[in-house]
Amino acid sequence: MQSHSLFDPAITRRAALEAFTKLSPRVQLKNPVMFIVAVGAVLSTLVVVRDVASGAFSGFNLQITLWLWFTVLFANFAEAIAEGRGKAQADALRKTRTGTMARLLTNYPSSAEQRVGAASLKVGDIVICEAGDVIPGDGEVVKGIASVNESAITGESAPVIREAGGDRSAVTGGTQVISDCIYVRITTEQGTSFLDRMIALVEGAQRQKTPNEIALSILLAALSIVFLLAVVTLKGFAQYSETASGLTSSLLSVPVLIALLVCLIPTTIGGLLSAIGISGMDRLIQRNVIATSGRAVEAAGDVDVLLLDKTGTITLGNRMASEFVPAQGIDVKRLAEAAQLSSLADETPEGRSIVVLAKEKFGIRGQDGMGQQATFIPFTAQTRMSGVDLGKRSIRKGASDTMMRLAEEHGAVFPQDVKRTVEDIAKTGGTPLVVAVISHSSLAIGHSSNDSSNQPMTNVPMTNQPMTNDQSTNDQVTILGVIHLKDIVKGGIKERFAELRKAGIKTVMITGDNPLTAAAIAAEAGVDDYIAEATPETKLKRIRDEQAAGHLVAMVGDGTNDAPALAQADVGVAMNSGTQAAREAGNMVDLDNNPTKLLEVVEIGKQLLMTRGALTTFSIANDIAKYFAIIPAIFATLYATKSVGALSALNIMQLATPESAILSAIIFNALVIVALIPIALRGVPYQPLPASTLLWKNFLIYGVGGVLVPFVGIKAIDVIIVALHLV
Amino acid sequence: MQPHDYLQLALYFGLLLVCTPLLGGFMATVFNGEKTWLSPVIAPLERLTYRVSGIDSVEEMSWKRYAASLLAFNLFGFLAVFGLMLLQNVLPLNPQGVNGTSVYLAFNTAVSFMTNTNWQAYSGEAALSYATQMLGLGVQNFVSAATGIAVIVAMARGIARRQASSLGNFWVDLTRATLYILLPLSLLLAIVLISQGVVQSFDSYVQATTLEGRSQMIPLGPAASQIAIKQLGTNGGGFFGVNSAHPFENPTPFSNFLQVFAILLIPAALTVTYGKLIGSAKQGWTIFAAMLTVLVVVLGVSLWSETQYNPVMQTAQQMEGKEQRFGVANSILWQMTTTVASNGSVNSMHDSSSPLAGGMALLNMMLGEVIFGGVGAGMYGMLMFVVLTVFIAGLMVGRTPEYLGKKIEAFEVQMAMIAILAPSAVILIGTMIAVLIPQGLNSLNNQGPHGFSEILYAFTSAAGNNGSAFAGLTVDTPFYNIALGFGMLIGRFGVILPALAIAGSMVTKKYTPPSLGTFPTDTPLFVMLLIAVILIVGALTFFPALSLGPIVEHLLMNAGRAF
Repeated sequence: MQSHSLFDPAITRRAALEAFTKLSPRVQLKNPVMFIVAVGAVLSTLVVVRDVASGAFSGFNLQITLWLWFTVLFANFAEAIAEGRGKAQADALRKTRTGTMARLLTNYPSSAEQRVGAASLKVGDIVICEAGDVIPGDGEVVKGIASVNESAITGESAPVIREAGGDRSAVTGGTQVISDCIYVRITTEQGTSFLDRMIALVEGAQRQKTPNEIALSILLAALSIVFLLAVVTLKGFAQYSETASGLTSSLLSVPVLIALLVCLIPTTIGGLLSAIGISGMDRLIQRNVIATSGRAVEAAGDVDVLLLDKTGTITLGNRMASEFVPAQGIDVKRLAEAAQLSSLADETPEGRSIVVLAKEKFGIRGQDGMGQQATFIPFTAQTRMSGVDLGKRSIRKGASDTMMRLAEEHGAVFPQDVKRTVEDIAKTGGTPLVVAVISHSSLAIGHSSNDSSNQPMTNVPMTNQPMTNDQSTNDQVTILGVIHLKDIVKGGIKERFAELRKAGIKTVMITGDNPLTAAAIAAEAGVDDYIAEATPETKLKRIRDEQAAGHLVAMVGDGTNDAPALAQADVGVAMNSGTQAAREAGNMVDLDNNPTKLLEVVEIGKQLLMTRGALTTFSIANDIAKYFAIIPAIFATLYATKSVGALSALNIMQLATPESAILSAIIFNALVIVALIPIALRGVPYQPLPASTLLWKNFLIYGVGGVLVPFVGIKAIDVIIVALHLV
Repeated sequence: MQPHDYLQLALYFGLLLVCTPLLGGFMATVFNGEKTWLSPVIAPLERLTYRVSGIDSVEEMSWKRYAASLLAFNLFGFLAVFGLMLLQNVLPLNPQGVNGTSVYLAFNTAVSFMTNTNWQAYSGEAALSYATQMLGLGVQNFVSAATGIAVIVAMARGIARRQASSLGNFWVDLTRATLYILLPLSLLLAIVLISQGVVQSFDSYVQATTLEGRSQMIPLGPAASQIAIKQLGTNGGGFFGVNSAHPFENPTPFSNFLQVFAILLIPAALTVTYGKLIGSAKQGWTIFAAMLTVLVVVLGVSLWSETQYNPVMQTAQQMEGKEQRFGVANSILWQMTTTVASNGSVNSMHDSSSPLAGGMALLNMMLGEVIFGGVGAGMYGMLMFVVLTVFIAGLMVGRTPEYLGKKIEAFEVQMAMIAILAPSAVILIGTMIAVLIPQGLNSLNNQGPHGFSEILYAFTSAAGNNGSAFAGLTVDTPFYNIALGFGMLIGRFGVILPALAIAGSMVTKKYTPPSLGTFPTDTPLFVMLLIAVILIVGALTFFPALSLGPIVEHLLMNAGRAF
């Protein structure tokens, strides 16, 4: 999915237009704060019209009226631009949907097929998709295997494998088969497919206010009522005071009262509230995560327990060589050299890691010691060893039990210290690979069952089956030592977990490993807890337990058996490659299939809430300065001695005239909405810090800053409008 | 300000700091239903009360039942006082033979004492019989305070209990608050006050001949018993018209110290009680710190203003309206404590203090009477601001706001805003109507900003259930009796009902254990945030009104004009 810069010209243009169409009362009514501003703008316009009609045109009233309208338009613009980014993406998605044809198998499993429009497919229909076909709807692969290009949805050009059975059986309408052939059973109605829902979500068409947004709206509406009361009653108070100070004309015109009201009600947050919510969803979409509801995004911010799969999230997918442990009396260099030689042709990450480790630790370059007659022996399920034959000697590496048997068959002793090393490594969660050298008295050994050579090995010995070989008993076997293969914890992940811990979020590692291995990796990765030998049931139970203790849990899952846990979790992120059941159960789908994404999802949720809090605080803090601008201005002539009103002492900003003061305040109020659109769209930067530290930071920026900024801003605008002779 | 003034202030706040945890802890034990050292004497009395009234003391109430019981009880109290006032001429204990009052005054006074406001549109010695004072007002002094305590206890339970549905039993909380706390303390204070010369008598008034040979009526009555509870229960309704400025009500500097101390004693201690009831004394102290900070600041501003050179009076000692035996510092200390604490008793005339000191008194009440506030009322009012602070600032840490492990959601915000909006609406709308209609303006004795302040003060005092008067306003008129009466009702129940609703909603919620990601509500930063929200939300609303009253009057006074 392509991303759009913050102010993409096309989106900005469209948003500018929509700012006007959103003036419709139906749209305005949804936002009580901005509705008050809009009503104020209408009233003020009527006053200007009356002024013109009665020949008492006031440029000041006109300017106030214009800025009231600008305030409404700026808020509309903010919302439109937030929606615009989603709409642009929805348009791109929609293109993939049009005009797809389906090859319906009318009588599956017979192969009679019929070409129908994708729109006419029903749930349960079986369609066939061959290379080049666009999959006509969401479904499940019932037969076959194929590589599918899902870039239309994910933006990721590398094809993914989809096959019948297992956890990679779900296909999405609109994606394209690029090789082989699959039979797909359609699982969703047209119009409710994943693509359809995604379009609706990114477009924000079905956007409903989230619980926190509703609560905040209530607060803002109530604050608006408080200030409405303050302003309406001020008219009465002023009337009393005017009489008392012997003034004959009214100090408070309707536009001035409206200006005061609009300055006081929380227009900044009111105008940006929906933009904040929409862009929160949008930020997820930028990271290729689709949330099925805004509620889920909000919940992500509250999550305090993360269930993380070990593989892919915490560790790299593969094990790596980390150490050579020689047998007693064997030089470690000899072991390293043998290990490297045996792995030179091994293209697996494990094999490569052995070569690299030997080079890095001892500067051994395998090719040097290799003669012409090297024959590489790949791993097979039968031999359960791999290695290399080098004329008079052969090197083998394999799991300890296999190698023990090898030694036994050749009458050699498997050293006790190696046995201990093997046990120690296993205890720490590592995988031991034993290396042995076989010296031949006469011929190079060969395998009757496997005479092909020079083929890269594709696996490491793991299973336990009897070996069949036919070595001569003259050969002498020497166990050289052990290679320690271990799970490599992703770089930086430990620090990331430490940060999360500081932010009060607990991490729980889920792994199928035995408890010993799991404990070792958990300690190394710095997770707070782990579930070893995890099953879907243990996951579900763990989630329920955490929730019962008051925690909110997030997890990632892909398989059908993850579905109950995904549904139970407060935030369940399903992998897009997962099964349809998993995708339905979760409340988010990660299109990139990257489990680490969960951490970002949490951050985005927090950012969303923080942005609301920060802008609300800022908005309310702004009021102090506005009072100091407007109150002395409107009562400039009240209880005047020598034509200086008593309340002029409150004009601490030294604003030029009452008109310039009121105008500056209302202009500041409107412009600050525009100035804060980037923060609303991008979100307040989030760092994983303890809540108290975050609070101090944001309090100083948005609270204290919110008090001070308008003093500076209003004064600056006052200087400018006086210089421009606008009043 | 003399050195002994500073010494006295230090003594005052020192004693407050000592007594707060002692009494606070004791009250927590009482409301947890545990045994206290008073139990041997009071427990039988408590059981007797339940038996006589047919109360099942272990019954638990939902917030709606709790609220309904509270309303029913208060309605009964209202009717009792209303009836006593109208019929006092035919009832016993009326040695002076005073007449029944007007319906308007009876309504206003009955509401006033039921709501713990004690706004007095009458002069006690002239208008009320001993029976009305004791059976009506005296009783309401106790039970209106106990009602306030019951509400905060129910709120504390709402926060402390997890996934429950009930808040305790209103009748039990009411009875315990009265028997274990208010009665013993009042008894003690009354006896000490009598030793200082406060009258306590059923005799009729004494006719005396002055040195000038003129005849003077010296009022008597059962004053000491009523004065003790009027101070302790943040009621404030004086036995005599001039309240604690009267020599029979507050004769000596020592009685003055005790009375002004009694104003804050229970409201301050309730912060600790609350903390203990929710299981974290620190949370209570945090709220105490916020309250104390605001009080110290307004007291400082007022003392400064009172001791400035006054260009109109040409003196820096503003003694008009103050008693010689108390002086400036004691009068201002009283003025500030009585207005922050929704007490409303006075030992000087607020009308006569400098404009800024009068403005501070107004501001104290406008904040919603949450700086210590009324007995119980201050704490539950403060919790409304806590909810609001947690909601606004809590979002800034990136979580759905939660207070003590309970999520603050739409319903809580809505209720908290109603509780804040209701009294504000009374003040603003009431004042606006009064300054625009002749029924309002005709009662004024002063003009200009000072007259405006008088009306503003009356409605603020009613809405905040404070009861103190700025003086200078004739309020025993049908307009003010009715308008202020409804103002008091809205100011009282417009906060109690949302508070109980919040308790009812919180009690059902799941508890989230605190972590490093939790918004901390027991830190100095939270104190600052809470004060900021109180000032911005609670006070900014009134900035325009204040600027047309005390602020402009202060500026004009410095320019040499007075009203």
